Amino acid sequence: MVNTLIGDLGHYSVILAFVTALVSAIAFAFASNAKELTPEQKDWKNLARGAFFVHVLAVFGIIFCLFNIIYAHRYEYHYAWSHSSNHLPVHYMISCFWEGQEGSFLLWIFWHALLGLVLIKFAGKKWESPVMAVFSFVQLFLTSMILGVVIGDLKIGSSPFILMRDFMTDAPVFQMDPNFVPKDGTGLNPLLQNYWMVIHPPVLFLGFAATLVPFAFAIAGLWKKDFSAWTKPALPWGLFAAVVLGVGIMMGAYWAYETLNFGGYWNWDPVENAVYIPWLVLVGAIHTLLAYRKSKTALRATFILFITSFLLVLYATFLTRSGILGNASVHSFTDLGLSGQLFTYLAAFVVLAIGLLAYRWKYIPATEKEIATYSGEFWVFIGAAVLCLGAFQVLVTTSIPVYNAFMGFIGVKTNVALPADQIAHYTKFQMWMGITIAMLTGTGQLLWWRKNSEGNKFSELFMVPLMLTALFAALILLISKIGYIERIDNPAYILLLVASLYAVFSNLAILFGVLRKNVSIAGGAVAHIGVALMLIGVLFSSGYSNIISKNMSGMVYAREFGDDINRDNVLLWRNAGTDMGPYKVTYKGQYLEVKGLPDYVNKQRLFRIEDEYKAIARGPLKDGDEVIYNAGDTVEISPENTYYEVGFKNRESGEEFALYPRAQVNPQMGLLASPDIKMFGTKDLYTHVSTIPDPNEEKEWGELKEYKVKIGDTIFVNDYVAVLHGIEPAKDTLLLNLKPGDVAVQADMQVLGERHTYHAHPIYAIRDRMVGRVPEEIEDLGLRIMLMNIDPEEGAFTIGINTTQKDYIILKAMEKPFISILWIGTLIMSLGFVMAIVRHYKDGKSGNANLPKGPAGKVAVKREKQLA
Amino acid sequence: MKRIHIIGILVIAVAIMIIMSTASDASVYVPFSEAQARAKDGDDTKVHVVGRLKKDAKGHIVGMKYDPTLDPNYFSFVLVDTNRVEQQVVYYSPKPQDFDRSEQVVITGNMKENVFVADKILLKCPSKYTENEVKVETASL
Repeated sequence: MVNTLIGDLGHYSVILAFVTALVSAIAFAFASNAKELTPEQKDWKNLARGAFFVHVLAVFGIIFCLFNIIYAHRYEYHYAWSHSSNHLPVHYMISCFWEGQEGSFLLWIFWHALLGLVLIKFAGKKWESPVMAVFSFVQLFLTSMILGVVIGDLKIGSSPFILMRDFMTDAPVFQMDPNFVPKDGTGLNPLLQNYWMVIHPPVLFLGFAATLVPFAFAIAGLWKKDFSAWTKPALPWGLFAAVVLGVGIMMGAYWAYETLNFGGYWNWDPVENAVYIPWLVLVGAIHTLLAYRKSKTALRATFILFITSFLLVLYATFLTRSGILGNASVHSFTDLGLSGQLFTYLAAFVVLAIGLLAYRWKYIPATEKEIATYSGEFWVFIGAAVLCLGAFQVLVTTSIPVYNAFMGFIGVKTNVALPADQIAHYTKFQMWMGITIAMLTGTGQLLWWRKNSEGNKFSELFMVPLMLTALFAALILLISKIGYIERIDNPAYILLLVASLYAVFSNLAILFGVLRKNVSIAGGAVAHIGVALMLIGVLFSSGYSNIISKNMSGMVYAREFGDDINRDNVLLWRNAGTDMGPYKVTYKGQYLEVKGLPDYVNKQRLFRIEDEYKAIARGPLKDGDEVIYNAGDTVEISPENTYYEVGFKNRESGEEFALYPRAQVNPQMGLLASPDIKMFGTKDLYTHVSTIPDPNEEKEWGELKEYKVKIGDTIFVNDYVAVLHGIEPAKDTLLLNLKPGDVAVQADMQVLGERHTYHAHPIYAIRDRMVGRVPEEIEDLGLRIMLMNIDPEEGAFTIGINTTQKDYIILKAMEKPFISILWIGTLIMSLGFVMAIVRHYKDGKSGNANLPKGPAGKVAVKREKQLA
Repeated sequence: MKRIHIIGILVIAVAIMIIMSTASDASVYVPFSEAQARAKDGDDTKVHVVGRLKKDAKGHIVGMKYDPTLDPNYFSFVLVDTNRVEQQVVYYSPKPQDFDRSEQVVITGNMKENVFVADKILLKCPSKYTENEVKVETASL
């Protein structure tokens, strides 16, 4: 039955959310324009708050309806049909909630709604109205993206509550039966069936949503002509946005590393870039804001950067959702026909925000005094500029498809494409940005905290960190020269290493020296140590990534060119060991996931039946020593994913382990390979399957060879020895579906393979005087054994054997040295951010009274008074 | 001149450098004829070519060569560009699994002698990421 109620309910909630956002935006705007503490202002404010509360309820309503549609498998709705399926576990139902464009807009809206509630409670009398006006205004735009209203040719938003029959009006099935409901959905993209997909998008969108807060404060500051006070509440929010967005980006990187066979954690894909750009600018904005809080410089830059970072978030949304990157990206959304609407919003915010900034520009206080070169603030400012230039480079290149589209729009045909070697292109600049940033964090931090430290002389200040840097850099280079770790001989890499070490040691010096007495203010130092470690991790893992699966077979049949071409994949025959790097590797077979068992189960131990989500255990399946399933039990399996066991044995140390790279042959998307990673102390071994024989293609069996044997005889096939042990009543009754009067026997055979002895039980059955034969296939050996005939007089049996090409996989394996330093650095950086948030939040709460501690603080207070 | 102005000029200088380096690194979409012309001029910069696979009258793909048992890192096929020019392409990596079903293929690389050596293949599959068709078997249930 088609359930239209829930969809209507959802759609009405969207309309309600849209209208209440409009009301609250207008009401908050009036509330903030009216003179303070008049009854009129209070009325407006109450109206605005009420409207926003209803808005939040409506948003919850939309989410409830959409989730219900997915959870209850209501495939009459296009959203459920195209993103979910019957066999999807609940946690992936949550992720298919935001797989689609509409759902991810909804996620964003949801976070804005929650953040709005927090702001109403905590922003304070002065800021609530203007900040919330901006908030509601943004919500208005976002909810309109899922409005799904069509007026003539104009389409406003795309509704997640559209019915299949309305979506595919041309499909014949709906013309025959408008109440037709598909039995199953098309399912969640298998690459997204990963726990990172459950947590990565909410974190990222919380980061997106949080960038709105400092933006809204900045706009409120401009609007209310209060150019300074907004910086205090905005700072912890800015830090919050930066850490959440940063963690979201790194989660995406880890997801790419662990699940997608990108071959790494960062691919410079436009979608990745689109979040990296605003993050860099946001971090720059935080730095100029800190400089302003300390010494009243760089306020204009702070305005520009916070506003820019939010506009870049909108630009990122436009890039990834308009379909403009269709030719350039592997995972941008498809065009929903909303690019015009998205562009309108982007343009509206750019014009409004920049217009307001320009309008107020001359009122924003700027210092006439020069910042001294030896002050921390100066270097902080330079650091922000470098970050912005880094963001600029990524932006200019990522936008290339936009230029093409724009030129096409004005009628000029262009054919510019993204750089052919993107990694080299971005690295060329980003690496120097990294080096500069590392040097600046060290120097800037030392100078920033100089006044608090005992030794005021430069030489004393820089002595210890520089000495430690020199010492450790020399040590590392020495170790690398001996060949214990990767040999570092590229001058730029050496420079990056030295700069990062300098950043680590100078920040450590601050941590142990100045801030020892007061840990609460150490957030900056900790975050900078994290960043420096991340740079070191990137340096080793990317700069010295080493492909070890070089093809060494020597079998090359069509080499047009010389040896300079990378031949990075190796073919592994089942059960045949191959040398690869320091390992002997063996592909050992195909495995499946069985519900209730922690380990993968060899396909040969499972008997597949018609329902592809179920199978019958051929023998006991154990978890350790505990038998979970007995022979003949029906088990639940996930048939989509096949795991390929690859055994590794280190030829020198003898250490052995197995990896299970995953592959799925998806009817929609072809081969989807996911890597498996073995972590060592100093490196990761990263492997993924590049190709497998097409499972949809029928196997080509060789000619049937017949052997006439007696019990106890041996046969030689494909170099394997097979023995006929006897004939017994057939046991595989499930398969045969035996009826009274039917006769079935099976041969008990043993085949000696390289690693295992295999048992084969080909069946011979007679029903209604008809002979049926069920062959047994030993995939490992590429054999199919059939019991052809029984000759009772002679006591002889005819065994027929076909052989086929053995199963194989093509594997790519690389080593990524010291990648763990990157992840550790990320954690430390996040910790530093959190410490800074706590500190600045307390600062903001305790008010002005506690702020001026150092001499700079006093100056600050004086200036603030002058300004007021 | 104040220090801030010097910084401003430096920032602008670096920004211009960035734009110029982007312009020089940016690749182009070209037909095979131009890729061949570039190779003749000794220009070995990599280009993008958009095309479709060569198919015979029955819709079978022709000219595709991949035998992993001989060399897993050699894949060769014939691509027809937008000007209907056919060109043999060699890709020194395993064949992408959904290659046969792709509607449009974008390759990057350059001409070497008579073949185009691709180092990246981007496939556009008809059903990738969008399902706008209810399958017949579902519909018949």
